[in-house]
Amino acid sequence: MLTRRIFLHRSALAMVGVGAAPAWLGRAVYADAGRGKKILVAIFQRGAADGLNVVVPFTEKRYYEMRPTIAVPQPSSKQAESALDLDGFFGLHPSLGPLHKLYQQRQLAIVHAAGSPDPTRSHFDAQDFMESGTPGVKSTRGGWLNRALPSERGPRSPLRAVAFGQSLPRTMRGPNPAAAIDEIGNFQIRDQKAAGGFESMYASSVDAVLHGPGRDTFEAVKLLQSIQKQTYTPAGGASYPRGRLGDSLQQIARLIKAEVGVEVAFADIGGWDHHVNEVGLTVSQGPLANLLRDLGQALAAFHQDLGDRMGGIAVVTMSEFGRTARENGNRGTDHGHANAMFVMGGGVGGGKVYGQWPGLETEQLYQARDLAVTTDYRQVLAELVENHLGNRKLEAVFPGFAPDPQKLPGLVAST
Amino acid sequence: MSRKALVVLMVAVPLIAAGRNLFQAKLSQEKKILHALNRLTFGPRPGDVERVRRAGIKPWVDQQLHPERIPQNPALEAKLKPLESIRMSAREMAESYPPPQVIRAVAEGRGPMPSDPEKRKNLEQLAERFKARRQMAQGTPTERRPFQQALAGLSLQQQRALRAGTPEERIDMFFRLPADRQSALIEVMPQDGRRAVMARAPTELRRKLIASTVPQELIAHDLLEAKLYRAVYSSRQLEEVLVDFWYNHFNVYLDKGADRYLVTSYERDAIRPHVLGKFHELARATAEHPAMLFYLDNWQSVDPNAAARLGRRKAQPKNLRGLNENYARELLELHTLGVDGGYTQKDVVEVARCFTGWTIRDPRGGAGFYFNSQMHDPGEKTVLGVKIPGGGGVEDGLKVLDIVASHPSTARFVSRKLAQRFVADDPPASLVDKMAKTFTRTGGDLREVMRTMLVSPEFFSQGAWRAKVKSPLEMVASAVRALDAEVSFAYGLANQIAQLGQPLYRKEEPTGYYDTSEEWVSTTSLLNRMNFAQALAAGTMPGVKAEVARLGDDPGKIARTLLLVEPSAQTRAAIEKALVESEKTTPNLALVAGLVLGSPDFQRR
Repeated sequence: MLTRRIFLHRSALAMVGVGAAPAWLGRAVYADAGRGKKILVAIFQRGAADGLNVVVPFTEKRYYEMRPTIAVPQPSSKQAESALDLDGFFGLHPSLGPLHKLYQQRQLAIVHAAGSPDPTRSHFDAQDFMESGTPGVKSTRGGWLNRALPSERGPRSPLRAVAFGQSLPRTMRGPNPAAAIDEIGNFQIRDQKAAGGFESMYASSVDAVLHGPGRDTFEAVKLLQSIQKQTYTPAGGASYPRGRLGDSLQQIARLIKAEVGVEVAFADIGGWDHHVNEVGLTVSQGPLANLLRDLGQALAAFHQDLGDRMGGIAVVTMSEFGRTARENGNRGTDHGHANAMFVMGGGVGGGKVYGQWPGLETEQLYQARDLAVTTDYRQVLAELVENHLGNRKLEAVFPGFAPDPQKLPGLVAST
Repeated sequence: MSRKALVVLMVAVPLIAAGRNLFQAKLSQEKKILHALNRLTFGPRPGDVERVRRAGIKPWVDQQLHPERIPQNPALEAKLKPLESIRMSAREMAESYPPPQVIRAVAEGRGPMPSDPEKRKNLEQLAERFKARRQMAQGTPTERRPFQQALAGLSLQQQRALRAGTPEERIDMFFRLPADRQSALIEVMPQDGRRAVMARAPTELRRKLIASTVPQELIAHDLLEAKLYRAVYSSRQLEEVLVDFWYNHFNVYLDKGADRYLVTSYERDAIRPHVLGKFHELARATAEHPAMLFYLDNWQSVDPNAAARLGRRKAQPKNLRGLNENYARELLELHTLGVDGGYTQKDVVEVARCFTGWTIRDPRGGAGFYFNSQMHDPGEKTVLGVKIPGGGGVEDGLKVLDIVASHPSTARFVSRKLAQRFVADDPPASLVDKMAKTFTRTGGDLREVMRTMLVSPEFFSQGAWRAKVKSPLEMVASAVRALDAEVSFAYGLANQIAQLGQPLYRKEEPTGYYDTSEEWVSTTSLLNRMNFAQALAAGTMPGVKAEVARLGDDPGKIARTLLLVEPSAQTRAAIEKALVESEKTTPNLALVAGLVLGSPDFQRR
């Protein structure tokens, strides 16, 4: 016999969950609320990508002098293993063919020598600063992408902010609810008998840490139920590469097309910390080339898949810092300073490399070893937050930073 | 919202908001016992509270600080016995479990063969199977499929069950066959069949299954199984918690090349013997271990002037021409001083120069550390203001370890990190100060630093009580322990832990995992925790048997037995609601147990 004496006098509390849970308003409402909203997708290359081998200053003699065994050769029609010319000065790594095409179609812009003003060469600190949006300030709560969400009246989708992966990255933490999703298809309570019980215990929990994510979990579960049953076929013959980034971008595309109210999304791809044998037998081989192939194909597939919707979508890439201008003793590079950022989308002033080039002579290098930062990475992000997302309260997104509206003219069209 | 719930909220909020002075508020004796168990073990098992009460908290803590005095659980020893690789040297492993490249090379008629006839035969068999698989993949018509061949001689009924039965029927039939038949079938079994058998097979058979295709994966299999079995069954619980802590502190990544063969010895020989010893020796053991030398690239770091100095005698390989800062930086930032510990970029370079020549003889063959004086920078160095005269050779690196291990920043950094694991995400400075003092006074004696923490009022305070969110490993191990479940397939549990966001031995970054709630709490990880809790209680986790009936049929009692505290009002109410909704006349005990294990209450320790 089931004994319920323990619970009987508590049964009034059974209602707590229902009362405390925000009313769920359904997908149609979010689709309506989300109509015309711009979307920003941020991609983090964790481990510090070697920007000088990604966007190559191929007319710089110093580049080849400092990288005798790992440099990307100058563009050459005879040689497939050479940089893909962008503007006669910079060239893309040959494994980024798909991005070269998008650049030519003016869908892709590049900002070179961008980065954080903070001098740290610690992966953790630099990622943390880049994600918080406050270089040098550790006490900032949450991340810039969460704060970038414009304030909203009316129904707010639990999927306004989504990150792909098992944990919620710093970029996405903050005052607005944000969901971490690993795999849309698995995002549910498998045992339906338990679903209601779990939902009400998290919705009503007084646990300061677990209550919020618990409540967000179940709101997202409900919203995702309707799209989980359909199989997803990317449009326009888009083919995402296998792996974490391809998976993440495909799922972001899926959510965008399902119109569940996504406004900002985050994905990351690790493995850029190439201290040893960064380049294989040729520049199109080895760990850097493999990652770049992944990155290029994934971004191009996303662009293809979303088609006309790209007019309202911007994608931006970043990495915590660049790598040493000189190669190290093991055909790799050590931790450096400035890097290159990609910005992709219909509203982007593409087909151009932005930013002031600091040069590679020893006295031009940061601490005589790294590419110097001439554009604060927050300048790029601020353009996107203000001109693309339409959030003009930049002081709240990047506290302590005053963007310069003249710095990157034309990078992001104003809405 | 009901009035009662409002009252609960109003009571709870000031407790959270009051913050730091809670670290001075004492716990009751009962809470102290549970708290000690929650922090020094992977979660209490039934009867543990009573045992600690009988022994007394202080003597019990003292005993945990001396694991060698605790008789080991024979059940654990039996579980570890079949996991052969955990006792092997890296070289033995490389020979017994050849990597895919070697198997392929032999299949293609290249590559050297081992001299040992048994290992030779093993490698030949692997190469044969590799060829067969490739043939099948390429669609070369074979006369009869090998699986069909292996079925020959069985009764029609047996063949039908194995070929076309439901997964359950296939497995049942498989385990009813004689052992030699099983081995023959394993080798040719289709993928889906193998996976189903894996979870139910006894460890020896499961290992055979893996050995027959990807032998290298056995190393990860054994490592993960051993880790889970120790977490669940070891009587020396604090030792296991500390091995987990220190491995994570000196993290290396299992899937980086040669580290696949080196991590087993790294944990066993460099980490485990020192977790309650001197920090300096622990740091040195990791610095010298080939797993770390390989992971952070120091084995390839060379004095940039070595080539010039040695003249034309020997051309340096292209990728061995200069300094690599990777290890030097992480040693300072992550292992010892901490990022704010007062070092500069110049110090990083100087430390890297000191460690040039610390390398590995034949990393892939499983050989050990050696100092190569030709790769070493013989010049003078200055590290954190201390001059290291030229010509010191291998002593340079040892000198660096002396300097950093006894540095006050290290005492603070290490103490704070321990307190973060054992006390609270943001541990009180008063406690960290005391621990750092002990660290300095005792020359980095980790047992004494632990003792200072474990007898402190801050440790047994309201501020620490249930302040930590369990890591995925802690959540899974504590759920299994609370249920007193019997585990026969720990590999499956390790995969669950990976899904909850903590792939063991597979954190790629040298930082290891951050043991704070933000690392572990997200929508997807919570969802996975709830799903795991339900599967575990319902008995659908392969290879884990939980006798839920043992908990009785009273939902309140089930909750108290698993949580060892009163469940929160919200958790009680939610369980009640779920029971009403399930509309069954017989109580669904597994549902209740699953809800408790997936509740917010159980996610804390």
